[in-house]
Amino acid sequence: MPGSLDARIPAGPLAAKWTDHKFSMRLVSPNNKRRFDVIVVGSGLAGASAAASLGELGYRVKVLTYHDSPRRAHSIAAQGGINAAKNYQNDGDSVFRLFYDTIKGGDYRSREANVYRLAEVSADIIDQATAQGVPFAREYGGLLDNRSFGGAQVSRTFYARGQTGQQLLLGAYSALMRQVAAGTVELHTRSEMLELVTHDGRAVGVVTRDLITGEIVPHSAHAVVLATGGYGNVYFLSTNAKMCNVTAAWRAHRKGALFANPCYTQIHPTCIPASDDFQSKLTLMSESLRNDGRIWVPLAPDDGRAPHEIPDDGRDYFLERKYPAFGNLVPRDVASRNAKGVVDEGRGVGPRRNGVYLDFADAMTRDGETLIRAKYGNLFDMYERITGEDPYRVPMRIYPATHYTMGGLWVDYELMSNVPGLFVLGEANFSDHGANRLGASALMQGLADGYFILPYTIGNYLSDFLGDPALATSEPVFAGAEQAVADEVSRWLSIGGTRSVDYYHRELGKLVWDYIGMARNQTGLEKALSEIPALRDEYHRNVRVLGSADTLNQSLEKAGRVADLFELAELMARDALAREESCGGHFREEHQTAEGEARRDDENFAHVAAWEWNGADGPQTRHREELAFENVELTQRSYK
Amino acid sequence: MSAEINLTLKVWRQPGPSAEGSFSTYEAGGISTDASFLEMLDIVNERLIESGEDPIVFESDCREGVCGTCGLMINGRAHGPQKGTATCQLHMRSFSDGDHITIEPWRATSFPVLRDLAVDRRAMDAIVAAGGYISVNTGAAPDANLTPVPKEAADTAFDAAACIGCGACVAACPNSAAQLFAAAKVQHLNLLPQGQPQRWARTEAMVETMEAFFGSCTNHGECEEACPKEIPIDFIAWTNRDYIKAKVKNRKLAD
Repeated sequence: MPGSLDARIPAGPLAAKWTDHKFSMRLVSPNNKRRFDVIVVGSGLAGASAAASLGELGYRVKVLTYHDSPRRAHSIAAQGGINAAKNYQNDGDSVFRLFYDTIKGGDYRSREANVYRLAEVSADIIDQATAQGVPFAREYGGLLDNRSFGGAQVSRTFYARGQTGQQLLLGAYSALMRQVAAGTVELHTRSEMLELVTHDGRAVGVVTRDLITGEIVPHSAHAVVLATGGYGNVYFLSTNAKMCNVTAAWRAHRKGALFANPCYTQIHPTCIPASDDFQSKLTLMSESLRNDGRIWVPLAPDDGRAPHEIPDDGRDYFLERKYPAFGNLVPRDVASRNAKGVVDEGRGVGPRRNGVYLDFADAMTRDGETLIRAKYGNLFDMYERITGEDPYRVPMRIYPATHYTMGGLWVDYELMSNVPGLFVLGEANFSDHGANRLGASALMQGLADGYFILPYTIGNYLSDFLGDPALATSEPVFAGAEQAVADEVSRWLSIGGTRSVDYYHRELGKLVWDYIGMARNQTGLEKALSEIPALRDEYHRNVRVLGSADTLNQSLEKAGRVADLFELAELMARDALAREESCGGHFREEHQTAEGEARRDDENFAHVAAWEWNGADGPQTRHREELAFENVELTQRSYK
Repeated sequence: MSAEINLTLKVWRQPGPSAEGSFSTYEAGGISTDASFLEMLDIVNERLIESGEDPIVFESDCREGVCGTCGLMINGRAHGPQKGTATCQLHMRSFSDGDHITIEPWRATSFPVLRDLAVDRRAMDAIVAAGGYISVNTGAAPDANLTPVPKEAADTAFDAAACIGCGACVAACPNSAAQLFAAAKVQHLNLLPQGQPQRWARTEAMVETMEAFFGSCTNHGECEEACPKEIPIDFIAWTNRDYIKAKVKNRKLAD
């Protein structure tokens, strides 16, 4: 029976909750930590930082990753930076301000207590990373430099050129490899988790498939930590790495873990548009470009002229026109929806009419090419490498693309899912970004979860099991899970259909983009709910997976991942349909103001929707976690 | 401007780590010059699957030149003809209609082939595990601004830290040496104040672990040429200097 979920948020004033809770949680003594086994799935910022920290504390940790090295995880591709409430700039930043900006940026759909804790530990992350040797940008005096980012009026973003994610991940990876060398962490690369094993309702292990040999391997532990990233690849085309998928989280969902807010996805406005049907992924161009580039399309649909031939009175600088106060610097969701609007009107540019111009001509005249090159040189080079066009001479073409997913497995305040013993960190959980994530907050959350939250909260769970060995992998629950994986593998290989996994993934992506993309409506979502299952049925009947189970077989790997994305896509549609309001990245066309802006319904939807799996034959059940706002006032965003 | 070109590919196929490998030839017709090199291989694989043949195994992930997963020998050059560009960022406009392209996996005994174009690069992780870190437990760090780092030191450390761990330096080296990778890892930390306490122990351990897996450097400089991040071989010279010092210092400290 659907009831309100209890996030077990500690009582007391906001600023004291985490401190008080850390004191009230039970501890595991150093000699007892050695008796606990913890599995960490995923080796990105959240997984690597968690595994390294748990290893340092003395736990016996096993890291499972499908990559060939932990350092490959997609955190590595994050460009812009990481927020922290250090107030090094003396510009009025504070823990409360970072908390406030994050709650507001998330359009009031996240938990106050979690977000406050995130802001609280943010400063420690910068200290930790700096001590590890992360080469953050510095001022000439040798101290750390900051820049500002969307949704904030202070400069609190720490960065390492355009590769902040790479450098932070290398820091966490080095800490992880130190523990591997010390023997506290056992590292299993090229191991993909395909089943969560539960016993008496608790998470007790996982089953993996070795991607080189096909061996199906059981792993048992006292607790399982998923740090397996987001599900942006449900759109096929996204800025995510090719291997990103929802499988680990989804297999946990199928074993009882609630999946929260799947319809909250973030579309980033400045990506390079797809150039052809073979496009395999989209590349992000940093949001910082909007500081100097002007976004426009021709006034007339199907204007065939080259951009420099179109005079100013033939151009529509649509963001400057509609939002005179913020202009080209409106938040991500607003910029994205408006670009979609003009492209849908037939005013898109480029060979496929699927982009808008981001034009630096005025900035070049004003500041000179040298300054523009100093600011954006690496981005301009990257653009030219991909498109073959020189953005110093021709306006860039950009279009929105899926970038991040705010939804994920439901977790309580201690980052534990509703399945006891199953913890979920980073992008894989739903906890801190509400309906929209602010720039430079993903790195912060992944590392906060892994370095500074889980190491405390996991002890509170484990202390109940002092003296109990982990369940033996000879127990029947493991055999059952291993058999399920073996059956799945042989099912894919035996279908013998006519079309590749990628073909179906691409087709699925088109449906999800069209119906559950930047703007959603009831008709589209209902279509999604009939077309996605129909395509899924065809997929299960007609997909062609060649080769065998006992070798490196990439089609086989992808087959299971795409099957899970199909199920997730359906849940996204169901979630988007049930959420009869617009908030953050979820824009329901039925719910907008007269000016076309998102309209929240705080009375009826100030809650988290967390879905419970009911078996493959019926839809999930929607549970609610009510969100209480005691420290901020809910306001309507306006950027006019 | 985009155009369509026809190519002939000669691709290394090897069913497994211990199986014999050989080249197979594939016609790749009608490839858009806007496609990336890996998208070209995606298209070839779609056609192979359609005709019932096992697709070519090659690895990639971010396809933005930062994760280091991809890496192919293209006409004998690691990551192909475009300087400072990983395979995933190479586009077909670097090729012409009628070209023959030979595609091989990284060639190095310390990178055994797993299947077709995929290799095992775990030896690089072993070098990092030997000392590519600063020993600071979570929670023990002082305030980040306590230790100023000269901007030049931070920038140079970053130049080394930009390494994506792809292994092109090893593949390009006639000796299959990993000096550029190891030196980048060593110098990233040795150049920073935070890296000083473990500088000599780190250098000796990482260099000697590298020597256990990889060949030795004889100053060909092919690694720098192949590096998609254009990491300079100066870091190798600095590491050689640090290694000699480390041997003396570490012996002294042990006495």
